[in-house]
Amino acid sequence: MIEKSRLQIPRPTARPGDEPDFSYLDLSPAGAIDKPPIGSRTRNVEFLSSGLVRVLDDNHDAVGPWDPGLDPAQLQVALRWMMLNRAFDERMWQIQRQGRISFYMQALGEEAISIAQGMALRAGDMCFPSYRNQGLYMYRGMKLVDMMCQCLSNTRDMCQGRQLPVMYHSKEGNVFSISGNLATQVPHAVGWAMASAIKGEDHIAATWLGDGSTAEADFHHALTFAAVYQAPVILNVVNNQWAISSFQGTAGGQRRPFAARGLGLGIPGIRVDGNDFLAIYAATLWAADHARRGHGPTLIEHVTYRGGAHSTSDDPTKYRPRDEWDSFPLGDPVERLKQHLIKEGCWSEDKHGRLEKELKDEVQAAWKEAQKYGTMTEGPWLDPATMFEDVYAEMPQHLESQRRRLLEILAED
Amino acid sequence: MAQMNMIEAIRSAHDVMMKKDSTVVVLGEDVGYFGGVFRCTDGLQRKYGEHRVIDTPIAEGGIVAAAIGMGVNGLRPVAEIQFADYIYPGFDQIVSELARLRYRSCGDFFSPVTIRTPCGGGIRGGQTHSQSPEGIFTHISGIKTVMPSNPYDAKGLLIAAIESDDPVVFFEPKRIYNGPFDGDPDKPGVSWTSHPKGEVPEGYYTVPLGSAEVALPGEDLTIITYGTMVHVSIAAAQATGVDAEVIDVRTMAPLDVQTLADSVKKTGRCLIAHEATRFGGYGAELAATIQKECFYHLEAPIRRVAGWDTPYPHAFEWQYFPGLKRVSASIRRVMEAE
Repeated sequence: MIEKSRLQIPRPTARPGDEPDFSYLDLSPAGAIDKPPIGSRTRNVEFLSSGLVRVLDDNHDAVGPWDPGLDPAQLQVALRWMMLNRAFDERMWQIQRQGRISFYMQALGEEAISIAQGMALRAGDMCFPSYRNQGLYMYRGMKLVDMMCQCLSNTRDMCQGRQLPVMYHSKEGNVFSISGNLATQVPHAVGWAMASAIKGEDHIAATWLGDGSTAEADFHHALTFAAVYQAPVILNVVNNQWAISSFQGTAGGQRRPFAARGLGLGIPGIRVDGNDFLAIYAATLWAADHARRGHGPTLIEHVTYRGGAHSTSDDPTKYRPRDEWDSFPLGDPVERLKQHLIKEGCWSEDKHGRLEKELKDEVQAAWKEAQKYGTMTEGPWLDPATMFEDVYAEMPQHLESQRRRLLEILAED
Repeated sequence: MAQMNMIEAIRSAHDVMMKKDSTVVVLGEDVGYFGGVFRCTDGLQRKYGEHRVIDTPIAEGGIVAAAIGMGVNGLRPVAEIQFADYIYPGFDQIVSELARLRYRSCGDFFSPVTIRTPCGGGIRGGQTHSQSPEGIFTHISGIKTVMPSNPYDAKGLLIAAIESDDPVVFFEPKRIYNGPFDGDPDKPGVSWTSHPKGEVPEGYYTVPLGSAEVALPGEDLTIITYGTMVHVSIAAAQATGVDAEVIDVRTMAPLDVQTLADSVKKTGRCLIAHEATRFGGYGAELAATIQKECFYHLEAPIRRVAGWDTPYPHAFEWQYFPGLKRVSASIRRVMEAE
């Protein structure tokens, strides 16, 4: 046989019509991965980037060294936030389908990440999220009605009609503005963390991007800067297996896990079960302590699954098996935390059902209120002349004159 | 007052601001221990420490992005991109992030980054050390674009840029770092010591952003220009004997339309001169603006003299560069036109 060079075309294990096949995922049993001390040298914790840190086992028990030992009340709070995230997404998706907002992106199947990490970080830590981290904004105090008003681009929109739906920001909550360009926020988080260290503060930064966008140069700049300056930052790769229609292998996930991307620079990586609230919480606390105590950055890969379409503009049945999520070996994060709480004797199907109903009502009440500030078809309306504001700190002359011209044109109608 | 060349004036602006404001930090390739390849940050790290003058990896996108993050966290970063020719890897961060952060967050987040970068030709730098990409940046809403033409303005404008809450891209025409250049490469170099704008106060002062200056008063022709070409234009006016008024734009965006229009209304003729390539260039914006503001005062078509629309050729630098000869010829053509 003649050996010659070849071009590998990465292909997912299943396309529409195929049986879902997650045999490519390396899984470790819950509790199997050691928990090294904070400040361990990267070379001694390389196993964290190839194994899978899990706490919740198949019997819904919390096992092993990574169990954060949260009490049931805290876990109920966590479950509530995850369920709220899901209820909100479900309603907003419907609202988009009814033509009442232009666009939406849901976090279905990934809710544990935003909530667990929101809870594990401190309020003064700065978050640089991606567009599927709405749970972070919720957990950090953003009202549902404000999120809805942003999606409506109405008179109460925090973005004043300048941004696509879901591109929130919260200065008060220390959650950065979502760009819409992928991975650009990752080196911002590193710069923010460097500034925190320069100022001698102990706030850390955390940032999130998808498996697909790890291919962007910004991610690699971020890794390099974070490693060089040992910036106090947590870099989270949310590996939900799909970047629109491209599976994670298209971004290089077939050769080595995304958690290992930083190893060459000496950044420890933790590959964590992204549908296991307890494991994410514990891994985040480890990384946060590591950063806060001067040991620098950590890369966390969350192995999860994008339960829904990429966005309301996407149709995943065109490129992946319709029922693929049902076969995902790490299940559904909400269901797993719920079953754990039931197993612990502090939750029930009945309570869960009542909470679901309560959250649905909460979301509906917020929607009712949000519409009062304007919808796509009914006022009140934002003043279009505000589009000229905030381009600069003070409006320069040419924008002032363009603003006057717009007002003249509008007055003619 | 002290005598400073442009490098010393830029260094002094850093020094003044770093002393005045502890949030000012400097980052870039070779800026720290070494003090920059053009020496603009020489001595700053020894004086202000490694936490405030930071040598970075060779990653312009990373430099800009890290500066943005620092700015969001309350610092006032001054980032050096070693040559304007190397700014493109940072372009997305400038366009999509730095320029728009204030806008997209309705003022809740902003990052007061100043990006300094040496630009322009005339130094035998070939296509990767000679470009004039400033016009590209003037097209981006949300940033200010500045190019000084002398040490006094360089320091005053840089201090204003650092103090500005808006992001500023600050282009430094490296051909005139050490002395003004009249566009004739065969003449011996001159230093800033004999130039009035080489007199620079040692302390704090600003030259406001958004204001052009009459560099040479005149009555019969307006030459609108900036950077190195200010000196070439003045020399060409003198060589041709035309009583030209040379306007130094200084801040390219936002543009001081008034100063430009007042001059052209007075002279009735306008030549626009820049080193950058012509097609789709900044000169076209100036020409359109002057046409709108001064149409009924114009006695001749507005002309542009610019770099040819080719990449910057190493061996043919002085055929490419719009030097004394070409600017003089353009002056004559505008004066002869009816």
